[in-house]
Amino acid sequence: MDHIDILITLAKIVAAFAFLILGAAMTVLLERRVSAFIQNRIGPNRVGPGGLIQPFADVAKLVMKEDIVPRSANRFIHDMAPMISIGVALSTFAIVPFGNGIDIFGRHVKLMIADVNIGMLYLLALTSVGVYGITLAGWSSNNKYSLLGGLRSSAQLISYELSMGLSLIGVLMIAGTLRLDEIVLRQTQYIGGILPKWNIFLQPLGFITFVIASFAETNRLPFDLPEAEPELVGGYHTEYSGMKFGLFFLAEYANMITSSAIITTLFLGGWDVPYIEGLGLAPLTLALVQVGGFLVKVALVVLFYIIVRWTIPRFRYDQLMNLGWKVMLPLAIANALGTGLVLLLIA
Amino acid sequence: MGTNGKMIRRSDLGFWQKIYLPEIVKGLGLTIAQMFKPKITVQFPDERFKPEPSFRGRPVLVEENGVERCVACGLCARVCPALAIEVQASETPLEKERFPVKFEINMVRCIFCGFCEEVCPEEAIIMSNEYLLAFSSQQEALFGKDKLLKPASQMQDRLDWLRAHR
Ligand code: SF4
Ligand code: SF4
Repeated sequence: MDHIDILITLAKIVAAFAFLILGAAMTVLLERRVSAFIQNRIGPNRVGPGGLIQPFADVAKLVMKEDIVPRSANRFIHDMAPMISIGVALSTFAIVPFGNGIDIFGRHVKLMIADVNIGMLYLLALTSVGVYGITLAGWSSNNKYSLLGGLRSSAQLISYELSMGLSLIGVLMIAGTLRLDEIVLRQTQYIGGILPKWNIFLQPLGFITFVIASFAETNRLPFDLPEAEPELVGGYHTEYSGMKFGLFFLAEYANMITSSAIITTLFLGGWDVPYIEGLGLAPLTLALVQVGGFLVKVALVVLFYIIVRWTIPRFRYDQLMNLGWKVMLPLAIANALGTGLVLLLIA
Repeated sequence: MGTNGKMIRRSDLGFWQKIYLPEIVKGLGLTIAQMFKPKITVQFPDERFKPEPSFRGRPVLVEENGVERCVACGLCARVCPALAIEVQASETPLEKERFPVKFEINMVRCIFCGFCEEVCPEEAIIMSNEYLLAFSSQQEALFGKDKLLKPASQMQDRLDWLRAHR
């Protein structure tokens, strides 16, 4: 590894993280506008054209606010919790392939920050670490609402992590690899020459269980029990103020983008734009179009996240647990077994 | 798509409703359809909401032929629950014999209840449709006769509405 390799990696890191942070800010705006439209309102449209500067104004406001820490809180952990949350969102994003590799300066550059050969395992491991951010925030605040929020989130995430992992087994068996870029490459072919061979078509059940589990993992409605406002004040972030609250907020949206990117990569063909090879584009243009395709897919999944939030009411805690253990887990196991059986029969 | 007040039991649900997903898709369709409906927001400083005659804005004194209708009976001051009105009576050569030398409403106290309008025997104080009432000092909020008087022609909407509904 020489200087240029290091530079390229640095450039990728800066680009991807800038995308994620800016994307999170834009997602906040998108969420506010879409929710307003769903409720026949207009939403924030004053700051900048169409309200585009609104999230930055919000951040400026949050930065200038006083950082209040409860006297009986554990200061160190209280400070650390939001960093864990945002850190997990950022580091999960590191393994997402943005596009097919490009040849530039005489070397082959893969459009992902970290080419981890156990990508899928890394993904599952990091989402488990994400629980700590929320649980520790709830515990260190020394507030019963926060603690309840933290407890709920750990229970919820542990229950749904199982079905999340199991629903990925089908994808794993089809692709035969844990590398995310390989998984995308496998999806670039066609079924019967017409339908793109995306995992959503091969693994519809796995797709549904994975998406539901992702909603639970990102604490989005209908699974936002850790911060259920009507019951728990603000849940785990009740005692957070200023930019530390802002970090949790950012982490929620960054997590949403990351999990949209993961869903896109694993099930929606990643950067694959179907039928494009027929156009005969130059390699660099092709790569750019594919990156664009990836971004569009991610944006659509994010939009789906938002619309779901403004449609479905929150689950009750027992319903959540019932769904997780009695429905999702058996479905995911059945899907894994069924996929295995079919693959065995084909082979 | 509502339940029309009927109670829905779990046993009433069909198979597709029990697996929940098709119903979620239906719900998503509903929300997406809402997104394209016309918006009800009034963008306040740029657009102004025009109240109906039944709207109770700030109370004003009706002015007819250059003088107020008020006969300074003091009923409005008496009935005002917020003690916002101050009337000082005096005599006048006009047919009505009495008139208010001082008529003052403290707009910080007024709660827009409309009791003054209801009690007035002369239909002299009525609620207008003005709602932009922001002040930077207590003094500014004391509305004397200069600010309260409004020609009857401008208040015709409200007067007609009062006739029709009382
Ligand atoms: S509207 Fe009510 S509160 Fe206001 S001046 Fe009239 S009686 Fe008093
Ligand atoms: S009740 Fe009517 S007439 Fe009597 S003082 Fe008030 S405004 Fe004047």
